[in-house]
Amino acid sequence: MTLQDHSAISRVMRSDRGIKWFVGLLLAAAVLLPLGHLLFPPESSLHVSTYTLGLVGKYMTYALLAVSIDLIWGYCGILSLGHTAFFALGGYAMGMYLMRQIGTRGVYGDPLLPDFMVFLNWDSLPWYWHGFDMFWFAAVMVVLAPGLLALVFGWFAFQSRVVGVYFSIITQALTFALLLAFFRNEMGFGGNNGLTDFKELLGFDLQASSTRVGLYVTSALALLAGVLVCRWIVASRFGRIIAAIRDSESRTRFIGYRVEHYKLWLFCFSAMLAGIAGALYVPQVGIINPGEFAPINSIEAVVWVAVGGRGTLYGAVVGAILVNYAKSYFTMAWPEAWLYALGVLFVLVTLFLPKGVLGLVQRFKRAES
Amino acid sequence: MRQLLEEVSAKVCRLLMLLSMLFVGVVACQSLHASTQDYESSSDAEEVAIEALAPADENESFNNALSELATASFSKKQTITSELVAKRYPGSRSVLVALLENQLYADKLSGKVLILAEKDGEKVYYDAISGELISDSVLDTKRITTNNSLRKKLRGDIAIFDLNSDDRNVRLAAVQQLREVVDQNVAVMLREQRSIEQDDDVAEEIRVTLAIFDLGSEDPAVRLAAVDELDGELGNDVFNQISALLQSEENREVIKAAEAAIKRIEGKRDFYSLLETAFFGLSFGSVLVLAAIGLAITFGVMGVINMAHGELIMLGAYTTFVMQQLLPNHIGLSIVLSIPAAFLVSGLVGIAIERGIVRFLYGRPLETLLATFGVSLILQQLVRTIFSPLNRSVQTPEMMSGLLRFNEVFAVTYNRLYILIFTFIVFAGLWLILNKTSLGLKVRAVSQNRQMARAMGVRTARVDALTFGLGSGVAGIAGVALSQLTNVGPNLGQAYIIDSFMVVVFGGVGNLWGTLVGGMTLGVATKFLEPHVGAVVAKIIMLVFIILFIQRRKQGLFPQKGRAASGA
Repeated sequence: MTLQDHSAISRVMRSDRGIKWFVGLLLAAAVLLPLGHLLFPPESSLHVSTYTLGLVGKYMTYALLAVSIDLIWGYCGILSLGHTAFFALGGYAMGMYLMRQIGTRGVYGDPLLPDFMVFLNWDSLPWYWHGFDMFWFAAVMVVLAPGLLALVFGWFAFQSRVVGVYFSIITQALTFALLLAFFRNEMGFGGNNGLTDFKELLGFDLQASSTRVGLYVTSALALLAGVLVCRWIVASRFGRIIAAIRDSESRTRFIGYRVEHYKLWLFCFSAMLAGIAGALYVPQVGIINPGEFAPINSIEAVVWVAVGGRGTLYGAVVGAILVNYAKSYFTMAWPEAWLYALGVLFVLVTLFLPKGVLGLVQRFKRAES
Repeated sequence: MRQLLEEVSAKVCRLLMLLSMLFVGVVACQSLHASTQDYESSSDAEEVAIEALAPADENESFNNALSELATASFSKKQTITSELVAKRYPGSRSVLVALLENQLYADKLSGKVLILAEKDGEKVYYDAISGELISDSVLDTKRITTNNSLRKKLRGDIAIFDLNSDDRNVRLAAVQQLREVVDQNVAVMLREQRSIEQDDDVAEEIRVTLAIFDLGSEDPAVRLAAVDELDGELGNDVFNQISALLQSEENREVIKAAEAAIKRIEGKRDFYSLLETAFFGLSFGSVLVLAAIGLAITFGVMGVINMAHGELIMLGAYTTFVMQQLLPNHIGLSIVLSIPAAFLVSGLVGIAIERGIVRFLYGRPLETLLATFGVSLILQQLVRTIFSPLNRSVQTPEMMSGLLRFNEVFAVTYNRLYILIFTFIVFAGLWLILNKTSLGLKVRAVSQNRQMARAMGVRTARVDALTFGLGSGVAGIAGVALSQLTNVGPNLGQAYIIDSFMVVVFGGVGNLWGTLVGGMTLGVATKFLEPHVGAVVAKIIMLVFIILFIQRRKQGLFPQKGRAASGA
């Protein structure tokens, strides 16, 4: 990352037109799709099905995850290959709340214990499951669990100045270790099958289309808020120091800033954002299992950011939606080809599109003007 | 000086090649030899075990004994078989064997006892006494039945015959069989046999069996002597017998001796189980080292993050599979040939990756990581398309299967042993290449100071490609070894990539010794943890340990010193 690069990114930031467009489009999507669902009858070509709503809602949560990655990678040069660990932790916190909401409607009808615990012959709720019957508690844990993990992990990593590729690899090891841990039945998170078979959220039936609309709108608004808060962070004084750390860590340190602290807080915030994304993701797909911790998911998320163009925030959103739409299309139309396409995408984007799709758009614009 | 070094390195290279060819040759010869031996031994088994004809008077009493067998009760059958053993008729053993294997029949009409056998794929009967083939086509026969206790007795009876066999293996098996049924008569026979026994192993087996028998003696002095005799034996039966003795024993001295013996046996068993765990650890460590050592070159020496490293290992394993398909009748040879083939395949793919992608991204490690990850996805999918997503099985050659048994409680499998040795050979070869050849010199020069190396006339681009090819080729060789231990499937590589990075980083980047020591340490530590906490938790503990370790000592176990540290 050179200084020249940085100036290009800050130019993108200053030209407010992009972000205005983005906010406008996102708001329109947040309003128009539910309207299309509610106003038009299912026969109409303008009708938006619950399936589409769920799909786009899922993309929105992915986009929020991508924004959280872009915040640390694009602005601070920290490449985390374990960010879905935070995403999944947030998801598990939400999943635990939804599990407790099932109550006696489970297969075994136990008022206190979720089905899988009855199945494993447990006679009482593990201590860490207490409190998850209250939504506010689960909501706090959605942010707190990933935040704490990031705090502890980041504190160790940044204090001992683990940087660059080493950081990437140990984050990958972190999510791999969590993957193995969550696969164990003894962990008390449903083991291999994870948490599923949810019934209702805050008293709303999860299968009802009104709930789907609500979840979709919440996801879109959360994404919007996430992007705006991140933008506010990077435009602030704090954000400038972050960018300085990215461009020359040791120089920033010599000037007198406590580089570790800046990185640590940014990392924690990013982890919490990922946790929120995970929490919104789970009720929409209806399941959370240890597979979410798989290192490949984290790397895929990094590619969304790379494809969209890092260091722009809304580039991450564009990338997440584009790649996931392509994934949905390929896995339906031509499943074998998806991994080829993804692999080629990795190679081409890194070789020819270092600034992603947005960089390409800007290059065309500059050529025109 | 430089010239001298190059000359020496060239010689070492030649020597290495010769050595490796020798190794390959020896292994190939062995595997061929093994297969011919097999063939010979299997042809013996088809001979029908009918022994020499008997003189007439003996035939008479033999006939009498047998004629009752068909109708006798089970307890009566026991007596009759005992008689057959005691009189040692020439046909006794065949009859006992046939009875044990449910091949003994009685003709309802004549009362003749017949042995069912197979000749040229057809079932035929032999006369149990005369050994003649019965040509009558019409026979109404009835099988002579056995029960559990009779079968147990029969095994002992047959063993008594086998005790006089010329084949030491048969005698050894016989003694082991007799240990189950030893009584006063058998003990006498065993003592006789011991006085004339030539083979040390058989004599040893007889000694232990007799001592076990003496444990049940009336005389405390004999029991004491037996306990002393058995001191230091590790077998399960010895342990159980002495434990059983402790339950019933009243003589204080014998109790004392038995307790001491049990303690010593347990001590030795603990020691050997420790040794076994250590071996499993070293074996697992050797797998880690094999998987990581190619990465130690591409990542450690060149500083390139190659996420496709695991897939290069996978390609090596698939190369082995293809070689076996090409040479289905020479499994051993195909494995040996797979080593250079896998080196070439993975090495060429590696060079292609370097020339096509990595070289545009030098100095941008994060981009390299992403691009090579893309390559790994493509390679995985390619393998799925060509070979199907299912696991493929690679056969293990004769010489690599089976156990190397040191004693009753400690044995190692040959394939793990060979792979351990193979790891050291690969390591030594790589070390020599890096330290004693001109290529190695250039590799180190480029990694330490690229500009200076170029100024000295080193063609850095070529060196980069060759180094990357070398690291990738070694990954392919690792794949050959792994194909002997695990399933060969598209996900083979993914399982090893994180472990490999961990080993390299733990051992110290840019340091082959670090990779060796790091890999072995992690392997042994994991295997020692596993019995206590289970495999998954052991793995998690190791990962967390490495994460913490890297954070305390970023440079790994063996940090680079001097100029090497500032380069790369």
